[in-house]
Amino acid sequence: MKLNVNGQEHEVDAPADMPLLWVLRDLIGLTGTKFGCGMAQCGACTVHVDGVALRSCITPAVALAGKKITTIEGIGKDGDHPVQRAWIEADVVQCGYCQSGQIMAAVALLKQKPQPTDADIDAAMSGNLCRCGTYQRIRTAVHRAAELSVVNK
Amino acid sequence: MNDLSAKVDVGAPIGESVRHESAHLHVSGRAVYADDMELPPSALHAAFGISRVAHGRVKSMDLSDVLATPGVVAVATASDVPGENNYGGIVHDDPIFAEGLVQYAGQPLFAVAATSMTIARKAALKAKIEYEKLPAILSIRDAIDAGSYVTPSQIVARGRAREELAKAPHRLQGTMTVGGQDHFYLEGQIAVAIPGEDGTLHVHSSTQHPTEVQNVIAHAMALPAHAIVVQCRRMGGGFGGKESQPALIAAAACVLARKAGRAVKLRLERDADMLITGKRHGFIADYDIGFDDMGRITALAVMLASNCGYSADLSGPVNDRAICHVDNAYYIENIEILSHRCKTHTVSNTAFRGFGGPQGMLAIEQAIDDIARTLQLDPLEVRRRNYYGESPRDVTPYGQYVEDNILGRLTDGLEKTSRYRERRAEIAQWNAANAIVKRGIAFTPVKFGISFNATVFNQAGALVHIYTDGSVLLNHGGTEMGQGLYTKVAQVVAHEFGLPLSAVRTSATDTSKVPNTSATAASSGADLNGKAAQTACRTLRTRLIEHACKTHGVEPHEVKFTKGLVQIGNEQKTFAQLVQSAYQARISLSATGFYATPKIHWDRSRLNGRPFFYFAYGVAVSEVAVDTLTGETQLTRVDVLHDVGKSLNPAIDRGQIEGGFLQGVGWLTNEELWWSANGELKTHAPSTYKIPSVRDWPLHADVRILEHAPNPEDTIHRSKAVGEPPLMLAISTLHAIRDAVAACGTAGAIPDLVAPATPESVLRAIDSLRSTAD
Repeated sequence: MKLNVNGQEHEVDAPADMPLLWVLRDLIGLTGTKFGCGMAQCGACTVHVDGVALRSCITPAVALAGKKITTIEGIGKDGDHPVQRAWIEADVVQCGYCQSGQIMAAVALLKQKPQPTDADIDAAMSGNLCRCGTYQRIRTAVHRAAELSVVNK
Repeated sequence: MNDLSAKVDVGAPIGESVRHESAHLHVSGRAVYADDMELPPSALHAAFGISRVAHGRVKSMDLSDVLATPGVVAVATASDVPGENNYGGIVHDDPIFAEGLVQYAGQPLFAVAATSMTIARKAALKAKIEYEKLPAILSIRDAIDAGSYVTPSQIVARGRAREELAKAPHRLQGTMTVGGQDHFYLEGQIAVAIPGEDGTLHVHSSTQHPTEVQNVIAHAMALPAHAIVVQCRRMGGGFGGKESQPALIAAAACVLARKAGRAVKLRLERDADMLITGKRHGFIADYDIGFDDMGRITALAVMLASNCGYSADLSGPVNDRAICHVDNAYYIENIEILSHRCKTHTVSNTAFRGFGGPQGMLAIEQAIDDIARTLQLDPLEVRRRNYYGESPRDVTPYGQYVEDNILGRLTDGLEKTSRYRERRAEIAQWNAANAIVKRGIAFTPVKFGISFNATVFNQAGALVHIYTDGSVLLNHGGTEMGQGLYTKVAQVVAHEFGLPLSAVRTSATDTSKVPNTSATAASSGADLNGKAAQTACRTLRTRLIEHACKTHGVEPHEVKFTKGLVQIGNEQKTFAQLVQSAYQARISLSATGFYATPKIHWDRSRLNGRPFFYFAYGVAVSEVAVDTLTGETQLTRVDVLHDVGKSLNPAIDRGQIEGGFLQGVGWLTNEELWWSANGELKTHAPSTYKIPSVRDWPLHADVRILEHAPNPEDTIHRSKAVGEPPLMLAISTLHAIRDAVAACGTAGAIPDLVAPATPESVLRAIDSLRSTAD
């Protein structure tokens, strides 16, 4: 099958039922997207399909032909996406394992709602679990990213 | 390659909020975890086959269908373990693969290696296993009744608890019940075993304890330790769950790798991880407490009993720490603590942030809350009246003096900034006027002992290389699990040489670089490894200074390292120039450093001594709203004032406080482990086991570090450990819920609230209060 990932076309030979997560990690070699639970309940595997956040661990890759898939590796050049910069500024990350998913969820949220409230953040991101408990900083960083995005425009 | 490391460089930085050393990698998906490592092309993927019964004899195990599955390359059982079939670190009662007897539902019986993870998992389900079921002990009470223990019970006593209880002006009895907790590190347990030449093994393990993983593999594979290298660059969370458990995963991977002659990756999927690996101990505490009219405790007798699961694992030390934290912040002159370590047919419980301390504290905090309710006093007043104080009120039940007590200062400070008194009055008014939503508030203290109880583990090593370009490579025995250890120790090293942080890189924790290390546990990582690294740096600095003195004819005090430069008398050189010159003069630019915590001693047989180098303190106020119709609770506000000594890195320390607190809130409110009557864990995925999400962080949170409070002990730059203590700040949340529940009853009534305070638990407590009131 052919997949468009981060603007690049990939020809992959994957079983029909193989979730996108494994195609990305094992076949294409993009390991920034993580396996957390395998049942779309933790958010570690969040990627974008046509700009919308999606759990790659339960989505068969075969369903995504012709769509634009974006992973953590594809959201900014040199890690300079406003969300990435805000994440660093706010010292969000502890262990880091969930953070690819958190960032992808935040980027998708900001696309929909450029100035989200705390309630918007909670609603959009409550499915992205962080066991280190970095939520206060995630809220701070999303607001900061919203500011940085305005400055960028 | 994009590299942001230059941007995070803010100079030689002790006490600065410098960024996590991997921040730029974390946010771009480039931080490499064990699961992300490139494997040799022939590598196999493995899965465990597990017991489906809680207790039974294996009558037969037919693995022919497993082996016959296309893609399966090897299957390993107990008989394939070349050496000792055990991964138990203290008592050798943890088989890698159960043989003959299974003691919990989820216990590994075999493992299978195949060309893909999916094949391995599917094949493992094809085993035909017949069991003869045996009676299973599943609860703490049943274990006590049966005298079923993993290690002998312990008693610590001081004064005359029984006599003083008998003549106490007031006396009450109660039971504290708290469940266990799954670690739910987002990165599950994982090991990659790669066979090398001459029978050696190279293992990537997500572990807090590389040395133990190395030792267990050596014993299991019948190899000398020098044949095993265990490496860990970072974990996706540990929280204690990767202290003893990773040895099982790594040993099984090695047995399969040896059998198949190929690299093997064993990564547990989430359900397997939750079924197979140990958790926080659930506890009960039956207490009998005497007190005077002012609420001052005159005597306490308490029986602690924990669910250790089927084997000892770390349960001895966990329960010792529980004993050592029953006093928490309070002087209790007459005390008797009996501790049972119950053996049940459930997964073997293990280390988890706080390591028994939180459970011990919960017992005394509940008893004190009971006293306050009985006397109708503010629980904070009762707490304060019982705080440790001046001699003779400064000795713990286990004989350690509380010399560094700053709880008065913390309590006064937070009482003011949180407006505790005013809010308590406002909440009382609200509760008088509102029948459905009740509010509650609680202020609780934490005093947590820092050091491993067992003196031997309080040692660490480091290895520091300076290269001729002036860059520094650091290695130490501590592991990085998100707590920022690598950042803090790198700060220490940069400071010693007056270098910017970008000049120092930390390489993966590696048993072939620093040997015989302790677990990164007991909050001790920065204390131990920071000091060890500092020692190594000072050795190197002394060599460089001696060299500079020789070449420039100056005295040692005329050589100063600052901002990447070295001032030598009136001359200035770059650090790299001095290093080059030392190299030319054939001076060694590599050194090891070693540290052993001073002053501590512990008599394990009497549970007496000075187990802790110092104490870390904190206070918290939580406010909650409880819907008395549904039992749902909401944490509406939290205020924290926490002691980290002189912080090495305030941003990292505050992160530990925030995260530790929330993890404690999860344990005490939302996270319920539920076993069926057959002893099967039914909450083994995030669909049924709920850890806190972003919604659970209160909209009003004020988390502060106590300023101007250097550690009186000579720790690394006078800082204090911060990993575990903040978890216990969450006791304030449980007690705020208790306070709200109490508002449903008559004044003086004591709620029977079992933790975790799930909606069911809250409703039960409300119902029971109302039925006694009727």
